[in-house]
Amino acid sequence: MHIIENGNTAAALGVKLCRASVIAAYPITPQTPLTEKLSEYVERGDMKAEYIPVESEHSALAVCIAASSAGARVFTATSANGLLYMHEQVQWASGARLPIVMCVVNRAVGAPWNIWNDQQDSISQRDTGWIQIYCADHQQIIDAVIKAYWIAEKVSIPIMVCYDGYILSHTFMPFDLPDQKTVDAFLPPFKPDYALRPEEPANLNTVTLPDVRLDVRGELAHSYMEIRYLLQEELRTTLDVAADAEKRFAEIFGRQSDPFIESYRCDDADCVALGLGSLTYQLRVSVDALRKEGIKVGVMGLRFYRPFPDEAIAGALKGKKSVVVFEKAISYGYEGALTSDLKSALYEHLAGTGTLPSIQNFIAGIGGRDIRTEDLTQMFRTATQGRVSKEPLWIGLKL
Amino acid sequence: MQVKTTILSLPTEEFVHPGTRSCTGCGLAIAYRVGLKALGKDTILVVPPSCLTVLQGLFPVASTKLPCLNVTFASTAAAATGILASLKTKGNDHTAVAAWAGDGGTGDIGLQALSGAAERGDNFIYFCYDNEGYMNTGAQRSGTTPIGAITANTPFKGKLQQKKDVPAIMAAHKLSYVAACSAAYPLDLYDKIRNCLHLPGTKYFHIHIPCPPGWGYDPRYGIKIGRLAVETGYYDLYEIVNGEFKLTAASEKLIEKRKLVPVHEYFRTQSRFRLLTDTQIAEIQRQIDEKWKGYYKQEE
Repeated sequence: MHIIENGNTAAALGVKLCRASVIAAYPITPQTPLTEKLSEYVERGDMKAEYIPVESEHSALAVCIAASSAGARVFTATSANGLLYMHEQVQWASGARLPIVMCVVNRAVGAPWNIWNDQQDSISQRDTGWIQIYCADHQQIIDAVIKAYWIAEKVSIPIMVCYDGYILSHTFMPFDLPDQKTVDAFLPPFKPDYALRPEEPANLNTVTLPDVRLDVRGELAHSYMEIRYLLQEELRTTLDVAADAEKRFAEIFGRQSDPFIESYRCDDADCVALGLGSLTYQLRVSVDALRKEGIKVGVMGLRFYRPFPDEAIAGALKGKKSVVVFEKAISYGYEGALTSDLKSALYEHLAGTGTLPSIQNFIAGIGGRDIRTEDLTQMFRTATQGRVSKEPLWIGLKL
Repeated sequence: MQVKTTILSLPTEEFVHPGTRSCTGCGLAIAYRVGLKALGKDTILVVPPSCLTVLQGLFPVASTKLPCLNVTFASTAAAATGILASLKTKGNDHTAVAAWAGDGGTGDIGLQALSGAAERGDNFIYFCYDNEGYMNTGAQRSGTTPIGAITANTPFKGKLQQKKDVPAIMAAHKLSYVAACSAAYPLDLYDKIRNCLHLPGTKYFHIHIPCPPGWGYDPRYGIKIGRLAVETGYYDLYEIVNGEFKLTAASEKLIEKRKLVPVHEYFRTQSRFRLLTDTQIAEIQRQIDEKWKGYYKQEE
């Protein structure tokens, strides 16, 4: 069924269809309409779940961590400083290998205070061991939530479903709302390997030592380093699981897309723009404009940021003359984090082949600064001629 | 009239294996052992980083025979809520959820999450084992360290501020049950836990825990010192049931006696109080007498 709703509602409907049974959230703009919607579903009896109105984001993730450890399918959502306040718990959730799904409605982080959209919040959580998915429209939001539970529960690793505040969270767009039967066919009930229960006592997340130790049966148990290594290894194989999820999703829902990269007019392009989220759809307008001028450009939207689909990206960009990376976040002191990751992937897969494209990094929309399509097009056009500047260039800066 | 448990009627089933990693003479080991007996087999535990994390053992060995979730320092009560919510969704209304945290993990870094859970009225029991400092990290001051006590980060002057009254903060949440207990009176702790299990919402226990390395005394005197704290009227055993305050056990008996052991008898047993001057002790004695005048009056 096609409906017209805002992005936050798309996410809430996804969570409801996935039958999350414990939801904990603390209000922060622009996430609030999403969790308000969920409280509505629960209070009205449309959704069978416990909704916990916690006193902080730190506790929101604490509730999810504990409820997930006790075997529930859980959900939370946040933005900006709320996500930063969770940071300790974010690390804990992945270390404890819990399949939590959390929506991050992207917003700038303080100081100074700013409630508008950029992606500094989720990008700053890049190295926490979570899977990160970025969405470019409402269909992707609801689909990503559904796929996220399937992937997270397959690999026991938590997932952030990230989408741009206001631009997606508060705008209305048509999208296909799947029925419950279809979602149930895709996503079986959550069956954890172990859940806290008195019949089978276990002490979870106890202190580990630098080296391995024997367990009571005299067998060597993993220690911290082994546990952390397995998180890394299984994050890397999550790329295959994500591809499986996409295949399964296509079979059941009849909608197919590339699991990692959404390409627009890239096949014969010499220069490709790369980005995360809704900005890549805006860049399609620039692509069309530049194509009219006879400049062969395209745009790629990256759907998975962690684990980083390095091989898929390098493969997709092989033979391109230049790549222009547009980012709504920066690794302060260097450049956009995606730009660095891209360089690393291209070096790994294309070095020595003589096909390394030039790379230009633009920073845009920080703190919700309006991104004018004319400016994007202009910058994109300049960058098609080759790299403009070693340092990232800030679009729309008024200094 | 509640039947009082004696050492003969205390259940023999143990939920803490012998040979824990606690220090010799640890007051927590006593309270935890007896507390788990009262909670029983159908219980899930939540523990933040603290002495108890060490007591319970290092991966992959654990000394506790009940399921236990170790959580971050500030999130104990919220984690208890999460376990409870998960049990609820499975229709499980019989398994008890119990959090055990230290005084820093409760009255300092964990206070926000605890206040949130208490305000929501989430149905679990919260135990604060109060050894009056950050003993697991080497005995630094906490909010519940008493005035005058030397700690690792109040080395020359002793703590200058009063002990934070955490059970009073919890009572202000209008809980169904708040209790103050001591490791030196384990049967009082046992009976209080049994008496409150059926009560709704969050139940809060504050347990005074003598700590040999943190307080500076020979490990064999832990019980004696814990009892002195009560007999001097310095630390009181009580319960607040649905808002009604009542002294219990040894503290209740002090009402009839109308005679407290002078508080300097308590202070001189521990090296952490060695900087207290006679003037300071006289002032603390005055405060204790004042507090007890109130108790006597209530009784009349």
